[in-house]
Amino acid sequence: MREEIIVSGRNNPLIDPQLHVWHWEIPTYLFLGGLAAGLMFFAALYTIRNKENEYKTAVKIAPIIAPIALVLGLIALFLDLHHKLYFWRLYTTIRLESPMSWGAWTLMVVTPLSIIWTAIHMKDIFPKWNWKFDVIEELIEFFKKHKKTLAWIMLISSAILGIYTGILFSAFNARPLWNTSILGPLFLASGLSAGAAVVIWMSKNHLERKRFAQLDLMIIGIELFLIIHMFMGFLASTQVQIDAANLFLGGAYTAPFWIFVVFLGMIVPAILEGMELKGFKIPVAIPVVLVLFGSVMLRFIIAYAGQASRWLY
Amino acid sequence: MRYAMAIDTKKCVGCSDCVVACQTENDVPIGYCRDWVVEVMDGTYPQLEMELRSERCNHCENSPCVRCCPTGASHYSEGGTVLVTKNECIGCSACITSCPYDARFVHPEGYVDKCTFCLHRVKKGMQPACVAVCPTKCMYFGDLDDPRSEVSQILKKRKYKTLIPEAGTKPHLYFLI
Repeated sequence: MREEIIVSGRNNPLIDPQLHVWHWEIPTYLFLGGLAAGLMFFAALYTIRNKENEYKTAVKIAPIIAPIALVLGLIALFLDLHHKLYFWRLYTTIRLESPMSWGAWTLMVVTPLSIIWTAIHMKDIFPKWNWKFDVIEELIEFFKKHKKTLAWIMLISSAILGIYTGILFSAFNARPLWNTSILGPLFLASGLSAGAAVVIWMSKNHLERKRFAQLDLMIIGIELFLIIHMFMGFLASTQVQIDAANLFLGGAYTAPFWIFVVFLGMIVPAILEGMELKGFKIPVAIPVVLVLFGSVMLRFIIAYAGQASRWLY
Repeated sequence: MRYAMAIDTKKCVGCSDCVVACQTENDVPIGYCRDWVVEVMDGTYPQLEMELRSERCNHCENSPCVRCCPTGASHYSEGGTVLVTKNECIGCSACITSCPYDARFVHPEGYVDKCTFCLHRVKKGMQPACVAVCPTKCMYFGDLDDPRSEVSQILKKRKYKTLIPEAGTKPHLYFLI
């Protein structure tokens, strides 16, 4: 038997007895960032493929959610900082080795981009919209002319945003559960799925809804595949990663993960969307809310469980 | 120059004097510690074996905390010590999650705080507070690059281990076994 205890009574707040420095703010931001990335990705994709009018909601209307989500996410990130007045220090350096620095600069590109994209389509969303100032009208005309270029930048930067939300975690080798590069693609897929779900919700066009339901089904399939791969990787790895996987395979996070994320967040909406495609009448809000819920829970559970996983010595 | 610390687990009695000395010397806020003592009990009675370790930041050569810091507040300083510049730190806690030794914490003022190897004392030619106060003289501090330093000498003579070397951090806290 082996017993290891701290006998000097260390009780550092947020660290002992178990690390818990990242609370709701980080997973909330990761969800909102992923959602914005998903929405912007589809908007950019269908602009580049010249399908703006076929997928009007995806390109013109749904992206209005992106800047809102990003701003709320940024507020959450700001709340997470403990030394708030120094937040500007993020923008006095570029540190290539730090995922957090990458994230800060990516947001610096993506947030204005999402605002510009929304501004271009303001008149599509609210037909009576009036910018009042000619300068703004001219500026928007300028961006409209270069919409394709904008779409390409948005496609790439939104993919970076989506992947980075996972990389932020996977770069920490001190937390074995996070230390898997699958988290990058998994979070990207989850963000795309959430984005597709929002498009389905907002769209009134039957063809568009069908297209995005198919897309969402495919992405959910990819997510399940990535989750299985993640556990295969863990179980074939070192003891610390086996222990990390066991948090979900019998440990404290088993029920919430498999019920909320996998069953309610992926399998049930996939079945409902499949039935919808087959012609059954299913209220659209149900699969959409479930996908969004699953996406939120995935971030929360990975964030919290990751802090519970550690090296042993 | 490469500062390091060697701690004799055979001589340590786990009195926690190092912890109190550090708190006093560095004005560590009440309820927080920059160093701590771990007791490991192995086996079943009557075949028991105990190891006592006074732990703190390992001042790693390949520090994940320095790598992940988005502002450069966590940095390498004199003799390879890992320090945090207070007014560059935004308190994002990335370094805390990146540390496999849980050696860092958020100071109540908002920035991240940790062991400094008492660099302010070392610069004056003194020993870190924890080393200076140890009643069993079980801690050795010095320059690894200097073969005549106390720490180099003891590491030549004795068997030692580091904590979680497999994390690839190249820690500079040696435990004599």
